[in-house]
Amino acid sequence: MSPFYILGGIAIMALMTYIIRVSPMVIFQKKIENNRIKSFLYYIPYTVLAAMTFPAIFSSTASQAGAVAGCVVAVLLAYFKRGLLVVALGAAATVFFVSMLGF
Amino acid sequence: MNKQEFKEGIRDGFPICLGYISVSMAFGLTAVKSGMPIWSAILISLTNLTSAGQFAGTNLLLAQSSYMELIITTFIINIRYFLMSLSVSQKVDKEFGLKERLIASFGVTDEVFAVSMQRRSELTFSYMLGLILTPILGWTGGTIIGAVATSLLPASLTDAMGIALYGMFIAIIVPPARENRSVLIAVILAIAASYAFTYLPFLSVVSGGWSVIIITVVVSAFAAWLFPIPEEQ
Repeated sequence: MSPFYILGGIAIMALMTYIIRVSPMVIFQKKIENNRIKSFLYYIPYTVLAAMTFPAIFSSTASQAGAVAGCVVAVLLAYFKRGLLVVALGAAATVFFVSMLGF
Repeated sequence: MNKQEFKEGIRDGFPICLGYISVSMAFGLTAVKSGMPIWSAILISLTNLTSAGQFAGTNLLLAQSSYMELIITTFIINIRYFLMSLSVSQKVDKEFGLKERLIASFGVTDEVFAVSMQRRSELTFSYMLGLILTPILGWTGGTIIGAVATSLLPASLTDAMGIALYGMFIAIIVPPARENRSVLIAVILAIAASYAFTYLPFLSVVSGGWSVIIITVVVSAFAAWLFPIPEEQ
């Protein structure tokens, strides 16, 4: 990966994110009243993260058995409302132990 | 500059900062473990100050995606900030000029937005500066710790960290899907569509970045049409 490609990419990410944050503060003074648009925006974080996680999570580590076990642990921990770090590290610890067992 | 307001901002922002350190440590770890240079992970956190947006952007960079995919993905994932900034813009006081707006809007994250909306009074620039300052330090500092720690860990451990990013995504999706049937259905539809784009021959020609965009727009629009959120939420 060339550093110029990475730098260009980071500049694009930073600029896009900033434009989205700054434009309503600068341009718009009225509130969005359209409930359809509000609903559409409400679902976006969940659909985008779900689509990015599955099925990619199952090829995220060297051992697929470990990835499946890690995914199950992550869903269980999240279901019982553990924080982001606990869920992330719980999944990683599971992958680590499964790989230690030789799967 | 109002010192009292600034102090209150620091006080309210500190819990956000603590939460950010742990998450950004995981980001620094996974980004560097996946092949990003240490400097780039730190620069991403400092200039983006997002969770999902920069995670997805980093994934795309690692996959050598086109800049067009990066632009559209970053736009789609972060478009929710538009609404948050809009709400913040309604609550700032009269002293908020253009310069203040340009600075304060950089720090509008999910958590900063949530805290600023809970404040009873109008938002002053001094308060917003204090509120944003420690989360930026926590987010960048945590990334540095995580990125540097990677080189000190054994290979089996860093391989296991490859799943951590997805673990964080699951931690964001599952609790609201548990409480809210419409979120659950949207999540299941998005996962089903993602499998279709991965394994169906005529759909798998679409690159990963584009398929995520298509799925997000179509499923979110469908969910919004089927289950609009209650008015005045």
